[in-house]
Amino acid sequence: MSWMRFLHRKRSDAELQDEIEAFLSEETFDNVARGMAPDEARRQARIKFGDPQKVRETLWMQNSPLLLTHLGRDLKYAFRTLSRTPGFSMIAIVVMALCIGAATSLFTVARSVLLRPLPFRDPARLVMVYEHFRGGELSYHPVAPADFYDWRSKTHGFEDMAIMRPAGYDLTGVRNELPESVAAEAGSSNLFSLLGVQPALGRDFTEADDQRGSAVVMLTWSVFERRFAGDAKVVGGQIHLDSKPYTVVGVLPSWFTYPNAGIQLWVPYKADASVEMLQHHDWHGSQVVARLRPDASLAGAIAQVGAVQYQNHLQYPRDPVAEGVVSRSLNEDLAGDVKKPLTLMLSAAGCMLLIGCLNVANLLVARGAARQKEVAIRSALGAQRATLIREQMAESVLICAAGGVSGILLSLGATEWLAKAWKDLPTAQSIHVDGAVIAFACALMLAAALIAGLLPALSTTGKSMLKAPQTSVRTGSNSVSRTALRKSLLTAEIGITVVLLVAAGLLLKSFMQLRAANVGCVVDNTLTLQYNLPGSRYDTPEKRNAFNEALLARVRAMPGVRGAALGTTVPGTGYWGTDEFTVKEHPPLKTGEHLPDALTRWADPGYFSALGIPLVRGLFFTSDERVERSYKVIVSRQLVQQYFAGEDPIGKHLHFPGRAHDGAPNLMDWEIVGVVGDILYQVGKEPKATAYFPILEGRSDATLAVHTATDDPLQFSVPLEKQIASLDPELPVSDVLTMTQIIGASLVNASLSATLVLAFAILSLLLASVGLYGVLSYLTTQRNSELGIRMALGARRDQLLQLMLMDGLRPALFGLGLGLVGGVAATRIFQSMLFGTKPLDPVVLSGVIATLLAVAVLACLAPAWRASRLDPMEALRTE
Amino acid sequence: MLKKNQSNSEMLKGTLDMMILRTLIGGDAHGHTIAKVIERTSEDVLEVEQGSLYPALHRLEDRKWVCSYWGASENNRKAKFYRLTAEGRKQLVRETSRWRQMTRAIGLVMGEEGGAQ
Repeated sequence: MSWMRFLHRKRSDAELQDEIEAFLSEETFDNVARGMAPDEARRQARIKFGDPQKVRETLWMQNSPLLLTHLGRDLKYAFRTLSRTPGFSMIAIVVMALCIGAATSLFTVARSVLLRPLPFRDPARLVMVYEHFRGGELSYHPVAPADFYDWRSKTHGFEDMAIMRPAGYDLTGVRNELPESVAAEAGSSNLFSLLGVQPALGRDFTEADDQRGSAVVMLTWSVFERRFAGDAKVVGGQIHLDSKPYTVVGVLPSWFTYPNAGIQLWVPYKADASVEMLQHHDWHGSQVVARLRPDASLAGAIAQVGAVQYQNHLQYPRDPVAEGVVSRSLNEDLAGDVKKPLTLMLSAAGCMLLIGCLNVANLLVARGAARQKEVAIRSALGAQRATLIREQMAESVLICAAGGVSGILLSLGATEWLAKAWKDLPTAQSIHVDGAVIAFACALMLAAALIAGLLPALSTTGKSMLKAPQTSVRTGSNSVSRTALRKSLLTAEIGITVVLLVAAGLLLKSFMQLRAANVGCVVDNTLTLQYNLPGSRYDTPEKRNAFNEALLARVRAMPGVRGAALGTTVPGTGYWGTDEFTVKEHPPLKTGEHLPDALTRWADPGYFSALGIPLVRGLFFTSDERVERSYKVIVSRQLVQQYFAGEDPIGKHLHFPGRAHDGAPNLMDWEIVGVVGDILYQVGKEPKATAYFPILEGRSDATLAVHTATDDPLQFSVPLEKQIASLDPELPVSDVLTMTQIIGASLVNASLSATLVLAFAILSLLLASVGLYGVLSYLTTQRNSELGIRMALGARRDQLLQLMLMDGLRPALFGLGLGLVGGVAATRIFQSMLFGTKPLDPVVLSGVIATLLAVAVLACLAPAWRASRLDPMEALRTE
Repeated sequence: MLKKNQSNSEMLKGTLDMMILRTLIGGDAHGHTIAKVIERTSEDVLEVEQGSLYPALHRLEDRKWVCSYWGASENNRKAKFYRLTAEGRKQLVRETSRWRQMTRAIGLVMGEEGGAQ
């Protein structure tokens, strides 16, 4: 009701005026009736009524909620004060907008990635279980299916456990539409029910589907929409995967982007798995997700699984079977590598916000000084301290509100950009600003207003302020406490800035190191593409080799091609796979000893020379190493250093227990024929021991890397695809990328975090220098007369300059010291994000110190100079 | 609101409301009439200050004890008339009994037999 009154008070005021008018005419009429002259009658009526203005005011107040009126008045007052100094206000608002916007955007991303679980049923009880090899650092090792089946049947701590592994298919329609390579996952039939996912259309996999040779598939929403135009008739129909017909049984809901948004299809786990794969305890390539029983503890359940795994390990002492297991929550697993950089950036944005608040607080303290006498007089007249504080707070509230609103608008755009620029965000599709985020931004706004407003307000309204009218500027005593406050604000500001600078410097150096990293092979002018020969048409190793060799011959004959390499993966594209091995000539490993492992790659005879990977000893492959005669292996220098210290590896044999190869299933020993230089499987990671097998054993998946003679290798993509189409028109080609693009992709995230943190740091530095300048200018004005006296008494100008400079530099130096300590402590947290850079990097640290000192001296110089140029006569007169 | 020199308005704030409601029992009236009736009925002891009359009328209207409409006064001028609502009638009964209790109590204290009416 009172709100209605409040909103209608203009109208009710107008009505009241009419009413008063009516009263007056009635009274006048009565007075005339009593015999008065009209003018006198009117006058008497007015006298009787009294002051109509007062009646209106009373009613106006009665219609306005008291608190609101005061608030409105304070805000209006603050608005007027702020618009008197538009420069200051705009700077403060822009600062707050940037700070709040950055913090909000990062919070949005963090919330989507770290805090908001995928909408699985009761996600708190979902964990990922990995194998763990003792002795090494904590690693989350993929699981072998045979281990999983043991875990599932022999332990009771989990309600259920499901297994999945990555897969890939060439998808064609039944009517021979364009082929397409799609990423897929193979999951056990209980996976979706375990996660609590209902298909949006059709049905889930059943136990009967999850058998070898079954040909059913579930589509994710994205492929259903994109390729099948959201036509529900596809359920129950057939699609072709690798030229084999599969029945579509269901479509997953649109939110289901697990384990990542790139997955297009799901097939049952066992559908196309080989018997060997399902039986081997060393075929590590799957992920296990488990749902904890409500009455069981995670530690207990994992201990049970660990015990079963240890039995398996004892049972196969010579095979790479892990001794134990580790687990982590599904959410943490999804956030994975993103968590650290995100936390780092979030903290950086938080620091920047704090600096912004301190800066606004600092400026408000200065402004409070100007109003100090007014405040003192008002409190002497009985103004309550709370009222005075509220009035001063109104300014910071206005600044933060304006900044916050622009910040939210800013973050709408920034969040979208961030989600796009940041590769590998696990839930990139669902990142957007929503109600909760806006509530967060409002909370930030409020906190910022409190921090920025309360400190100055408290400092300018204390009891001591009552003395202000007595003190003259000459004594200077009244401003001591406030100057101290401003200096400590400044010290904090500079300290935090230094922390940010240190972090940014280290990340930047690390990024430079990454950029400069030598991959170990030809990178420039090289184009890569991938294809996978479908098993239906290329059913023998000979057919696959024929295609691969024919393609290589054609490509090498193309004009402008310097070399062509055919392998399973090219350097810099990632980890792909490792295999454990033993050296046949070495004594058997002791029980519990860590099995050596190596990255596994396949290469054609010309692979190394085409990619410029140097031969260290021995020989490259020849075209003789094919199918059943492909028992040769080439190893990397790293492997030799790790496992053949002081020996000649050539002629020794590596035993790969899990690797029955395509040409000769019983062959497991491989003779080392050559040693080649190390390559980086991913920029930013140390080189790892690598074993290369001949691709001519009959591999069907291949990456072709073509070293061209031009700067623009992409112009070769169409001619290359034409060459492939002339050999096999139905073969789809995927991932046509230059090597530079591949390498660049792994740098994107490092560059993103370095750039963002650097931007935050520079902005903070700017804010801090503005703060420093402001404080010293203020101080100089405060001490004008003192300086004048000093001069009159004979102080030299350079002495005054030095005096003022030191006054400003002291908090800067103090802040620098604090910041360095804080920065070194903070780097420990993100040490693992640094590549080739130590936390105590001398170059970075001295750079930070030099930058800060330079900026601080620059900021202090102007006011100090002004102080030293004072005319003593004038300074003493302006009292 | 009493004679001009008496300013104990705090206690009598409620009584003005009560008296306005009482006045409206006799029929709808506009502000001028209400003031006049109160003054006349109190034998000119009470003089209604317009500064409190109109806020009081609006307050009563907010509480839905009276409602208002614009009409023509007896002298054929536009005036805002107030009418007692059912709720206002109930309020008047409550106020009156409270008032009686209080005057009796004050009367007892002041030593008047049976309280003052």
